[in-house]
Amino acid sequence: MQIICNGQRRDLAEDTTLAAMLAMLDLDPNTVVAEVNRKIIERDQYEDLRLRDGDRIELIRFVGGG
Amino acid sequence: MLTIADTHFSSRLFVGTGKFASADIMRQAIEASGADMVTVALRRVDLDNPEDDIMSHLDRERFHFLPNTSGARTAEEAIRLARLARAATGTPWLKLEVTPDPRTLLPDPIDTLKATEILAQEGFIVLPYINADPILALRLQDAGAAAVMPLGAPIGTNLGIRTALQVEIIIEQARVPVVVDAGIGAPSHAARALEMGADAVLVNTAIAVAGDPVRMARAFRQAVESGRDAFEAGLGAASTVAHASSPETGIIGEDLGFLQEGA
Repeated sequence: MQIICNGQRRDLAEDTTLAAMLAMLDLDPNTVVAEVNRKIIERDQYEDLRLRDGDRIELIRFVGGG
Repeated sequence: MLTIADTHFSSRLFVGTGKFASADIMRQAIEASGADMVTVALRRVDLDNPEDDIMSHLDRERFHFLPNTSGARTAEEAIRLARLARAATGTPWLKLEVTPDPRTLLPDPIDTLKATEILAQEGFIVLPYINADPILALRLQDAGAAAVMPLGAPIGTNLGIRTALQVEIIIEQARVPVVVDAGIGAPSHAARALEMGADAVLVNTAIAVAGDPVRMARAFRQAVESGRDAFEAGLGAASTVAHASSPETGIIGEDLGFLQEGA
């Protein structure tokens, strides 16, 4: 299946969870906020949330700013 | 002591975390500034080059994080970022920025008010970044803003407090704290804001891009303390004619009369 993460197309195995995708990207789930199809996903749901073909995912984190 | 939304702050200097050459310099500069409130921004993770998270360089027990909505051009975008920021920090504190024009980065007053109304309803502690408009400041206060953040000059310009008259009116009228934000390029600008009675200032660029950011942070700390002391001590009234500070009697040579005129 194909998803769009931060504007980039990515191929993922069926039923990949959000937690598994973050692990694949080498991202610490505690430092990232995820939006799937414009809905914010709470951290305790990362393990359970199975991504679907066509999902649009935004992975956000804090950066320096004023 | 500065209090915003029932939270006490020991320092009246808020520091932004952008534009520092390294995370280490940022950490040292924030330390030297004495600030306990620091602003942060939210951005997409760069998936090809995931850097470390800024949160890992700052102790969240010691520093109060104030996430901003920089990059938002409309109320809708700012609200989306605000909700993400709350999910990321676990706190409802927010510096609301709505800047539709990338050239000036001046805030949109109408969308800022609209977003403040909605976010305050949702329980956010909203500190809106605004042009120095006294009427808007009152409208935001009525809409539930926890403080107002009028600009001295556009973001990153180092031009100082070009909006002094309006900032003075805001300070005189507002019931919520006034934090002068943007344009503060030198410690003297920060001191002036505090002398005027501003409750705090937010400084980023002037510290981050200084030749020695750690020393500049210390200079700002001192200026903010000086400015506040001067405000609390009570500044003398301004006048257009001289008022002698030395005694006006017992001046030598008075009997000869040559000091009588114009002395």
